[in-house]
Amino acid sequence: MIKVEGLTKRYARNIAVDNISFEVEKGQIVGFLGPNGAGKTTTMRVLTCFMPPTSGSASVAGFDVQQSPMEVKRRIGYLPETPPLYPDMEVAEYLDFVGRIKGIPTADLPKRINDVAEKCAIGDVKKKLLGKLSKGYRQRVGLAQAILHNPDVLILDEPTSGLDPHQIIETRDLIKGLAGDHTIILSTHILPEVEQICGKVIIIAKGKLVATDSVENLTSRLRGSETVAIEVIPQDGSAPPANVQSRLEQVAGVSRVIHKESKDGRLHFTVESLEGRHIRPGLARAVIESGWNLNELHGMALSLEEIFLELTASHKPEAAEALKEAAAEAPAEPSAEEESK
Amino acid sequence: MNTFTICNKEMQSYFRSPIAYTVIALWALVGGFFFYFGLSFFVQRSMESAMQGQAFPMDINEWIVRPLLSNVNVVALFLIPMITMRLFAEEKRSGTIELLMTSPINDIEIVLGKWLAAVGLYSIMLGVSVLHMAILFRYGQPDWRPLAVGYLGLLLQGACLLSIGTFISTCTSNQIVAGAIGFAVSLLLFVLNWVSEFGSSVTDRVIGYLSVQAHFESFSKGVLDSKDIVFYVTMIILGLFLTSRSLESVRWRA
Ligand SMILES: Nc1ncnc2c1ncn2[C@@H]1O[C@H](COP(=O)(O)OP(=O)(O)OP(=O)(O)O)[C@@H](O)[C@H]1O
Ligand SMILES: [Mg+2]
Repeated sequence: MIKVEGLTKRYARNIAVDNISFEVEKGQIVGFLGPNGAGKTTTMRVLTCFMPPTSGSASVAGFDVQQSPMEVKRRIGYLPETPPLYPDMEVAEYLDFVGRIKGIPTADLPKRINDVAEKCAIGDVKKKLLGKLSKGYRQRVGLAQAILHNPDVLILDEPTSGLDPHQIIETRDLIKGLAGDHTIILSTHILPEVEQICGKVIIIAKGKLVATDSVENLTSRLRGSETVAIEVIPQDGSAPPANVQSRLEQVAGVSRVIHKESKDGRLHFTVESLEGRHIRPGLARAVIESGWNLNELHGMALSLEEIFLELTASHKPEAAEALKEAAAEAPAEPSAEEESK
Repeated sequence: MNTFTICNKEMQSYFRSPIAYTVIALWALVGGFFFYFGLSFFVQRSMESAMQGQAFPMDINEWIVRPLLSNVNVVALFLIPMITMRLFAEEKRSGTIELLMTSPINDIEIVLGKWLAAVGLYSIMLGVSVLHMAILFRYGQPDWRPLAVGYLGLLLQGACLLSIGTFISTCTSNQIVAGAIGFAVSLLLFVLNWVSEFGSSVTDRVIGYLSVQAHFESFSKGVLDSKDIVFYVTMIILGLFLTSRSLESVRWRA
């Protein structure tokens, strides 16, 4: 559906996007990740025909962005980084204007506007001036504007920035609901968001493609070795920390156990796994079988920014493996906790 | 269709912001002053000549309409940059240009729509001064044809300067800068004919030919000269062409 080949975009002096290629299939949701200044917005601007590439090519639904921009524009809904709103227009008026320039037949327009207003939860501000909306509502109107003409391809530049937690969830659900019929590229800095809604991830840094992969592959690759925080309560207080520690070290796949602290009989450890090993089930079993209580067990989160600092510092994907840990799968496995009771 | 949508949006935006009211109020005020002044002068002169026993009916067209047209022409020169300065500069500043340029509409439609809205506001402004003229018809018998030609001239000259102002607005994302440069350029185009008053070499005459004011003279005399109409239409097309080219380069530089 979307095909990018050797895309390069050079501003007066600096190269914003440097020879990147990727493909997106129909119905996929793709997360576009990268630190600030990576070139995400620039790539999206090329895809939406806002600016031509310096070299290389990009096509949407088989239409080249330079040869047949009209066809591409008809099929794309675009939410720019700052929602493109006219402060002196009312929300309904604005959507009407956008509908017209997107070529929606006038007869269908009121219905479409009502639909998207409901989907994006902006029904109650329809008569408000855009200039008087809060940041979150601006973002919602921006999203409504992007999906108004029901485009095949949606390009969303940080769609959840500025939204409240409730609305973030709604927006993610909305985006997930649009998948299938629509092909979606969204940029974000939030890794859990990608894990939740995207099937595929494209990572760029400093204009270069660092990785493109499915979410599962990528997270396991980023994780490489896993770091787990574990809290154990030896029932009778008899087991000294050293005993517990040596028991944990015996679990298959564990490379290192660090005793953090002991408080009120609770022992905290940080456990690192060998590369590519899942140690959480083994750890839980070891604790339970020893007759201790397993109070807490969770993977430790590593923010995307940290990952990217590492990735961009060395310029190669393998750097990910050097990372101590990745990704937030924060909640402990519930089964483990139940077993301990 | 898209042109009309854009034009409509711009027109509404003029009347939501203070711009339309400011422009029209200034026009009515300053134009009204010139009109009052011209009229008083005329009345005084005609009374004097009546007392000296000369034949009364002095030509209203000659004495009121023509000076008035030249004077309001200068007023329009000041107001035109106010009309065009925000057209593209504001879209560039706020990022809404991204919406327009990623929508399935031609650059030409955007340019035409915006320019037409500017011409629309300018025409409304001219319309206000038609009220002055109505007074002349109420109390005198001016010839309406030269008057209509004069207004056509004002409209054409305005449309020409508006297209150039629109072009200048695409070159910056700062309204004030667009307004200032627009005014300077309009003023220069206005007074270029001074050059040909000092020299008569070919260059001087070519430069003089580019003066928008020189081409207005025939209109203010009530003469419809096709050469002048061609000049204005050419300038309008040139301005709109430059605007769409400049919009294209906005894409490259973004
Ligand atoms: N109009 C412009 N003129 C010159 N350089 C630009 C322009 N827009 C972006 N750049 C540069 O291009 C590079 C990529 O910018 P881009 O906006 O694509 O990054 P991004 O990945 O969207 O970042 P962020 O996460 O901050 O939104 C940056 O170095 C930026 O300074
Ligand atoms: Mg960006």
